[in-house]
Amino acid sequence: MSGHPSTYEPKYAAAKWMDQRLPIIRMGADFMTFPSPRNLNYWYTFGGILALCLVVQILSGVILAMHYVADVDKAFASVQRIRRDVPFGWLLQSMHAVGASMFFLAVYMHMFRGLYYGSYKAPREVIWILGCAIYLAMMATAFLGYTLPWGQMSFWGATVITGFFGAVPVVGESLQQWLLGGYSVDNATLNRFFALHYLLPFVIAALVGLHVWALHHVGQNNPIGISAKTKEDTLSFHPFYTVKDAFAIAVFFVIFAIFLFYLPDALGHADNYIEADPMKTPPHIVPEWYFLPFYAILRAVPSKLFGILLMLGAIVVLFVLPWLDTHKVRSMRFRPIAKWFFIIFIVMCFILGWCGAGTPSDVAIPIGKGMTFYVLSQIATVYYFAYFLIILPVLGLVEKPLKRPDSITKAVLGEQKSDADLASA
Amino acid sequence: MAFMKLKTLIIGSVVAAASVAGLAFAAGGGGTGDYHMEHKDWSFNGAFGKYDRAAAQRGYQVYREVCSSCHQLKFLAFRHLGDKGAPFYLEDFPNPNDNPYVKNFAADWNVEDIDSDNGDTIERPGIPADYFPPIFPNDAAARASNGGALPPELSVIAKARTNGPDYIYNLMLAYSAHKPDDVELTPGLYYNPVMDGGKIAMAAPLSDGLVEYEAIEVEDHGKIKTIPAPEATVEQMSSDLVQFLAWSADPKMEQRKSTGLMTIIYLLILSLLLFLSYKRVWRNVKH
Repeated sequence: MSGHPSTYEPKYAAAKWMDQRLPIIRMGADFMTFPSPRNLNYWYTFGGILALCLVVQILSGVILAMHYVADVDKAFASVQRIRRDVPFGWLLQSMHAVGASMFFLAVYMHMFRGLYYGSYKAPREVIWILGCAIYLAMMATAFLGYTLPWGQMSFWGATVITGFFGAVPVVGESLQQWLLGGYSVDNATLNRFFALHYLLPFVIAALVGLHVWALHHVGQNNPIGISAKTKEDTLSFHPFYTVKDAFAIAVFFVIFAIFLFYLPDALGHADNYIEADPMKTPPHIVPEWYFLPFYAILRAVPSKLFGILLMLGAIVVLFVLPWLDTHKVRSMRFRPIAKWFFIIFIVMCFILGWCGAGTPSDVAIPIGKGMTFYVLSQIATVYYFAYFLIILPVLGLVEKPLKRPDSITKAVLGEQKSDADLASA
Repeated sequence: MAFMKLKTLIIGSVVAAASVAGLAFAAGGGGTGDYHMEHKDWSFNGAFGKYDRAAAQRGYQVYREVCSSCHQLKFLAFRHLGDKGAPFYLEDFPNPNDNPYVKNFAADWNVEDIDSDNGDTIERPGIPADYFPPIFPNDAAARASNGGALPPELSVIAKARTNGPDYIYNLMLAYSAHKPDDVELTPGLYYNPVMDGGKIAMAAPLSDGLVEYEAIEVEDHGKIKTIPAPEATVEQMSSDLVQFLAWSADPKMEQRKSTGLMTIIYLLILSLLLFLSYKRVWRNVKH
């Protein structure tokens, strides 16, 4: 599976027998000895963190599903029962809800890292596309899962999101009814959402398998973006990166635990503790924080259909990024202009999130007559698309990169050092 | 705005009001006029906060004698009152079904049931396993008795509002606030600046001396402490009620926080050990 020659030698007769029939031990051994660039920093630990997030969500979710009742009359009460009566149900339910936020926190860090170090460029386009597919599946799973507690935000969030499909010309209405299983969000919707919410994480797991396979085929990128050429450029995954990842995972779990045990509702919305009422619209329907930037893009234009297309476009543009950024240099460490545009891009993503949480007509920045969230979200949306569709393609043609080291080893040890010094190190 | 179960506010006006109000980011976050929400330093705030059990017991009394004439505790069973960490927990009765307080409280309510001999609908005194019964037979009956407004169920209300405990406390006290001239009240509505729009269909439920508090015996690490009865002022009753409703919405809070402390200590030690392992494994490796 991995792209490096296998060094595994079965030591025992049973292991040898197995190796000749199904080389699964060899696969694991090769995984652990995979040559990884020696200069990976902490930004590269989010892959491992994300794998663990998926495991936490699946394990807690499977147990929750044993106690949850997908019925419009019983769903809210069943969640209350989990929180009050199921042994450690309060822990599992919070872990699953907070875990979703932590999963997105980690995936955004992982994506920003990929954007900065050019991890989407050849030969890693497929890794990047698979990653985008995972992100899309995560968004779908999170949306479906948020419907299940059947609170006010669950219900009205589902109503708004499924309403998008109604905006599709000609077939919109029938498409929406087909998705909902009726004319509005109801029992049929809740049941299919539950079924799909249980299914999609396993689709994600399969995509993660492909993502890691592709990664092991071409090898990891690294902060200087220069491919590993010699043995000296790399270190065995174990123990060097297992221990580094393990440390990062433990620190991540401290942050997870602080939210889980002390701020379990900080990332949620109070309205979702009110049982869904189809007759009463909440004053403000807001999505979970991780969807806020896209929500801001959706609301940045007056036309519903155009807003939906923009929101979809914001994700589609990620899929084609490898062909939009044509610059030969991967890492933005050596791209002095692109680096600044990237930093502005991050700021704009946060501004979009802020706009998504705000009311469009409210004043966001008190300059002049006052800039509303609506105007601010338009500016940020324009930048978001300009970054991918104009800035990166143009910079690919005109930007002069800084001088780059010849190899990872030279970058680590400096130009004057020889390989002999390294061997003794 | 949070609970706009007022007859006058049908969906159309809700949408209109929502677009105008705009102030409150979340349910209950608003407030009108000059009223400023008082943020109390609750005993259950903070990483080591706990519920005040004597206050929560008095809060149950306030609920039983005042609120329960209109509001249900939908997701609470009587036995929950005697669970570990609950206001009426007794160490001698680890099974809350045996807890004498719980049995008495349950028996104090009538619960609808079916006579298994003849299938007739009967009413019998509650048992600890019963959930708090509904106050009205259905929502329509509840609205009919309350001028068109539906009294919300209270077992999770402290979580169903932003800053729920402060919201409940201020809602109880804000009836005395001065009504601005631009708020017009129709019959059956009262001024309360904690509500968005300043209108509420519930008349001021509390007045000084409304309930008669008694001294309470609380178990603290096996010792019985007697807490003298405080004066039943509106402030006192409100904060007692908040203690009870905060527990009701988050009954596992104390367990959660103590588990959290141990978990975080464990994770910090683990992080330190892993960091030292990392430093050791990488000690001769330049990177």
